[in-house]
Amino acid sequence: MSVFSEAFDWLSTSTNWHGPDGVPHRVLEHLGYTALTVVIASAIAIPLGLWIGHTGRLRGLAIAVTGALRALPTLGLLTLVVLWRGIGLTPPIAALVVLAIPPLLAGAYAGVESVDRRTVDAARGIGMTEWQVLTRVEVPLSLSLLLGGLRSAVLQVVATATVAAYIGLGGLGRYLLDGIAVRDYPQMLGGSLVVVVLALLLDGAFALLQRLSPT
Amino acid sequence: MIEYRSVGKTYDDGSPAVDDFSLVIPSHSTTVLVGSSGCGKTTLLRMVNRMVDPTHGQVLIDDVDIATRGPVELRRSIGYVMQQAGLLPHRRIVDNVATPLRLAGVPRREARERAMDALAKVGLGADLADKYPRQLSGGQQQRAGVARGLVADPNILLMDEPFGAVDPIVRADLQRQLQTLQHELGKTILFVTHDIEEAFLLGDQVVILRKGGVVAQAGSPAEILAAPADDFVRSFVGLDKGRRRLRIAELDGQRVVVDEHGRPAGVLDPTLDRT
Repeated sequence: MSVFSEAFDWLSTSTNWHGPDGVPHRVLEHLGYTALTVVIASAIAIPLGLWIGHTGRLRGLAIAVTGALRALPTLGLLTLVVLWRGIGLTPPIAALVVLAIPPLLAGAYAGVESVDRRTVDAARGIGMTEWQVLTRVEVPLSLSLLLGGLRSAVLQVVATATVAAYIGLGGLGRYLLDGIAVRDYPQMLGGSLVVVVLALLLDGAFALLQRLSPT
Repeated sequence: MIEYRSVGKTYDDGSPAVDDFSLVIPSHSTTVLVGSSGCGKTTLLRMVNRMVDPTHGQVLIDDVDIATRGPVELRRSIGYVMQQAGLLPHRRIVDNVATPLRLAGVPRREARERAMDALAKVGLGADLADKYPRQLSGGQQQRAGVARGLVADPNILLMDEPFGAVDPIVRADLQRQLQTLQHELGKTILFVTHDIEEAFLLGDQVVILRKGGVVAQAGSPAEILAAPADDFVRSFVGLDKGRRRLRIAELDGQRVVVDEHGRPAGVLDPTLDRT
C-alpha cells in the first residue's frame, strides 16, 4: 500500500506539474503522439475499410491481415523500425499506426456491412451513384460502428504510446522509463495512473459521442 | 413503351433466372407480372432500370436499347417502388421523398415543396413529413415509397411487390389509392406480385409466369379468365378450385350468385346491367 500512497504523494507534488517534465506537458506530448497516430491510421484504414465494406472485395484478406497486425508486439516493431530508419518520431508513430489500423479497418468495413442491403439497393435503385450510396447512405448509417473502431484505436494507442519514451522521446512513458532507471516506483505508478485516467476520460468522451450519433 | 426482346439472365452461380422472355408493355397502362417465387418476375422488373443486366437479349424503352444508357441516369428517369418501401432510415420522410429530385439537381426548397405535394397525393398528412421512417406504420411507409416513386414525375413506374408486406385491409386501401392515382396520371406501370387477385385488380395486361420467366399466358384479366391457356393457368387463377366458377341460384325469389360449392359470392343486380 505504501507504494500507492507514495505515488499519490508524487502526483500531489507541485513541482511534478510544472516545466517540460511536468504532467501537463507530458500529457500534451502523449496526446500529440496519439492524435498524429490516429490521424495517419485513419487516413489509411478508413477509406480502405469503407471500400472493402462497399464492394465486399478483399474482405477475407483484410480479416487475415488485421489479425496478423494485431498479433505484432508494438515494442518489437518499434525496435525493428529504429534499426531500419534510426531514432526519431517515425519509429514510434509507425509502430503505433500498425496498432491502430486493425480496429479502424474493422470498424469501417463492419459498419458498412451492417447497413441493411435492401436500403443500399433502394438507394441505388432511385439513382444514386456508387459514391452517393457510400457517402449519403452507408457512411451515415455505419457511423456508430465507425466511431466504435475509432474509440478502440484511440484507447489502444493512448495506452501504448508510452513506448515513445523508450527511444528518448517524451510523453507519459517518460515517467515509466525514467522511474525504472532509478527504481523510482512512486513516479512509475504515478505516471501509469495518469495514463489510466487519460484513457478513461477519452473513453468517456467517445461513449458520449456514440450516444449522440444518430444511428 | 417497354419491350423485352428475348432476354435471359443466368446468375454468376450458373442458375438461370430467366431463360428467354419477350413482351411488349404498352405506354400509359398497367402491366402486372405475376408468378410464384422463383419465377424470375423481380429479375425481369429490375432489368428495366438496369439493376439487373440481362445476359442475353435486349430491353428497349421507346425503341432505345437501355444497355446504351448509363444506369444512374436511367434509374433517375424511372420511378421505383419496392417491398418494405426501401426508405432511408436516417432521413425524414419528406427528405426521403425529395431524394430523387435532389439527385436530379432540383434546389432544396423546390424539392421539399414538390415532396410535400407528392405526400399529399398519396394521402399522407403534412404532420408525418418530418418523421423518420421507423416512426411510421408499414402502410404509411409504403405510401411514402409510392410518393418517392412519383415525385419526379417519371413516365415509367416500377413496383416490386409494393404492398406485399402490409395487412390485407391496408393493402386493399393502397391498391385503391394506386388505381385512383393511375387513373389521374396514366403512367406506364410495371407491377410485380405473387397475388393473382392483386394482378387482376390492377392490371390492364396480366402476364402469368412459370419458373424461368416462361410466359404461361398474357392478356387482360377477362381474357385470361375466359380462356385460360392451360391447366397451369387454370389452377393459378383459381378456376380449378371452384372459387371462380360461379352460377346463379334462386333464393326466396332473389337471384344470388354462388360458387361451385354453393357458397354465395354476391347478388345479381339488374340496375348494373346497363354496361
